Amino acid sequence: MNTLPRWADLVLLPAVSLLVALLAAGGVVALVGQDPLEVIQVLVHGAFGTARGISYTLYYATTFVFTGLAVAVAFHGGLFNIGGEGQAVMGGLGTGLVALWWSAFLPAWLMLPIMMVSGALFGLAWAAVPGYLQAYRGSHVVITTIMFNFIASTVLVYVLVNHLRPKGSMSVESAPFAASAKMPGVHEALGAIGIDWPSSPLNLSVMLALLAALAVYFFLWRTRAGYRLRAVGSSPSAAEYAGVRAHRQVLVAMSISGALAGLVGMNEVAGVSGKLMLEFVSGAGFTGIAVALMGRNHPLGIVLASLLFGALFQGGAEVAFEVQGFSRDMVVMLQGFIVLFSGAMTYVIAPILARLLGWVSKPFASKTTSGAAHG
Amino acid sequence: MDEALVGSMLASTLRVSTPLIFCALAGLFSERSGVVDIGLEGKMLLAAFAAGAVGASSGSTWLALLAAIGVAVSMSWVHGLACVSHKGDQVVSGVAINIIAVGLTAVLGAAWFHQGGQTPPVGPEVRISALMPGLAQAARVLPVLGTVLGDGLLGHNALVYLALALVPLVWWVVFRTRFGLRLRAVGENPQMVDAAGVSVMRLRYTALTLNGVLCGLAGSYLVLAQSAMFSPNMTAGRGFMALAALIFGRWHPVKALWACLLFGFLDAAAIRLQGVHLPGIGEVPVQAIQALPYVLTVVLLAGFIGKSVAPKSLGVPYSKER
Repeated sequence: MNTLPRWADLVLLPAVSLLVALLAAGGVVALVGQDPLEVIQVLVHGAFGTARGISYTLYYATTFVFTGLAVAVAFHGGLFNIGGEGQAVMGGLGTGLVALWWSAFLPAWLMLPIMMVSGALFGLAWAAVPGYLQAYRGSHVVITTIMFNFIASTVLVYVLVNHLRPKGSMSVESAPFAASAKMPGVHEALGAIGIDWPSSPLNLSVMLALLAALAVYFFLWRTRAGYRLRAVGSSPSAAEYAGVRAHRQVLVAMSISGALAGLVGMNEVAGVSGKLMLEFVSGAGFTGIAVALMGRNHPLGIVLASLLFGALFQGGAEVAFEVQGFSRDMVVMLQGFIVLFSGAMTYVIAPILARLLGWVSKPFASKTTSGAAHG
Repeated sequence: MDEALVGSMLASTLRVSTPLIFCALAGLFSERSGVVDIGLEGKMLLAAFAAGAVGASSGSTWLALLAAIGVAVSMSWVHGLACVSHKGDQVVSGVAINIIAVGLTAVLGAAWFHQGGQTPPVGPEVRISALMPGLAQAARVLPVLGTVLGDGLLGHNALVYLALALVPLVWWVVFRTRFGLRLRAVGENPQMVDAAGVSVMRLRYTALTLNGVLCGLAGSYLVLAQSAMFSPNMTAGRGFMALAALIFGRWHPVKALWACLLFGFLDAAAIRLQGVHLPGIGEVPVQAIQALPYVLTVVLLAGFIGKSVAPKSLGVPYSKER
């Protein structure tokens, strides 16, 4: 049924899915009595119109690159990691714990890498357990990762309330880290080389996100280990026959996936809050699913899709300021529509698109075949 | 333990378990037919919003119930369109429904009622109140079992008893009727059902419709019986807990009921045990009790305490070609 040419499959189908999702969201915007065009205008200006807006867009995008890559790597291993949320929570916990312990006496050049590794390891561990259970105990990774999301959030609450909260403090958050545990902001970095840039939560984690995207690309398509992982993802039995141990690849895929999600801590905890608190992930794990679907599980696509979602979140916040009665949840809803239409409904949309394309390109096709007969 | 405590624990356990029971039974129909349903949470939330919005603006319990069920069923059909009619990924579709539910209910709630996403409280005449207050009052004066009967068992609203009554009914439908046999067969081996001349698609859509009705009841319960109004994200993971209970109950209605009651009991106990020192154990962190349903489900799925085996074709889209 799905006989779309490659270019249409890679570019046209995601674009059409996005358009359908936008139309659905536009319908809701109109339903609540607002002008969709005005909303889009304010949104685009809010996301890209000012240096500050761009910074916020990139800051949101940074987190989504990590969670999107996490979903994608698991997907290439044939797994649906729905637990990016919990893995990011644990990653943030790992990032924050070492900062609380050592930031008072370690210099930044040592502290920040330790925080990164610790965050990645915490995320890795939180994903490896469901991976292990899927590979060796036969429990389904989707269900276990959902359960692990809930367990992770209770662990974070427990640790914050019972251990990390300073004595006498009412708010559920840890003591602030020392300065060495602060990921430098982009405005600080640019200021150091004499460029004036407005202050924003955007920090150097954005470079880390780009590096992670590059690393994932090289790993998946340029290394043997990545090839093995993708082989298991496309056909476990064939991979097994070719001498790849499929069980182990499940564990590998989930571990890498969890480590990537764990890096969210660098952006949110080390880069912005400077202390551990609740809700620093707030749904980014699920946005990662939408990002990976939009980006067709390719690092480049994921970076672009993250920019899109970063713009939506930043622009949406701006619209909520400007337009009376617009709630930021509109963006969450649009995200849901995108998951629905570019994820679940691709098989509904693709045949229609294929028929339309066939109808459009029929005259060309018949000409080329007749031409070939003559030649 | 004094009887007042037993009575009130029993009462709160049943109250907390009711939406779980509706949702677990909803999931049971869908998953027994081979369709994974991650979207229980979202459907319950949408249904709760529909019940709150329609209940507050129309003043009719029946319209509110109807709206809740209608919304949940239509979301089930969207799930069906993506994953039964076409070969869309069932997990992705469920995730989409959950995200849409969180966003859409907040957006519509904020735009229509201007209370930060909440709906105005439904009137007392719309609320579903205790079914037999007289009987509960009469039972309360009984010696020894008075509070247990009066507060714990007899003081509930109709939806609580409906949920409990549905459990044997669902058991009978699934295990003692022709439809139930086909339903189970289509979840295990759809090819065989198709070869026998029964429509796989129709069976799965029927299951999804029943699933929607039950999710609608779960959402209605939250608004019409439990808290009188809709507030954003009020399901707070109950749909996932129901899914856990369904798996913990091995896709069996009666076992799922016990799981729901256990999880409900843990939830009720967690609130009560806050800051209490238990002899011999010390203070049990509330979070540990809250996480216990999920931990137990993971442990069960991993085969460390018995084995939970899913329907064989769960999550596999059916295509007629082969």
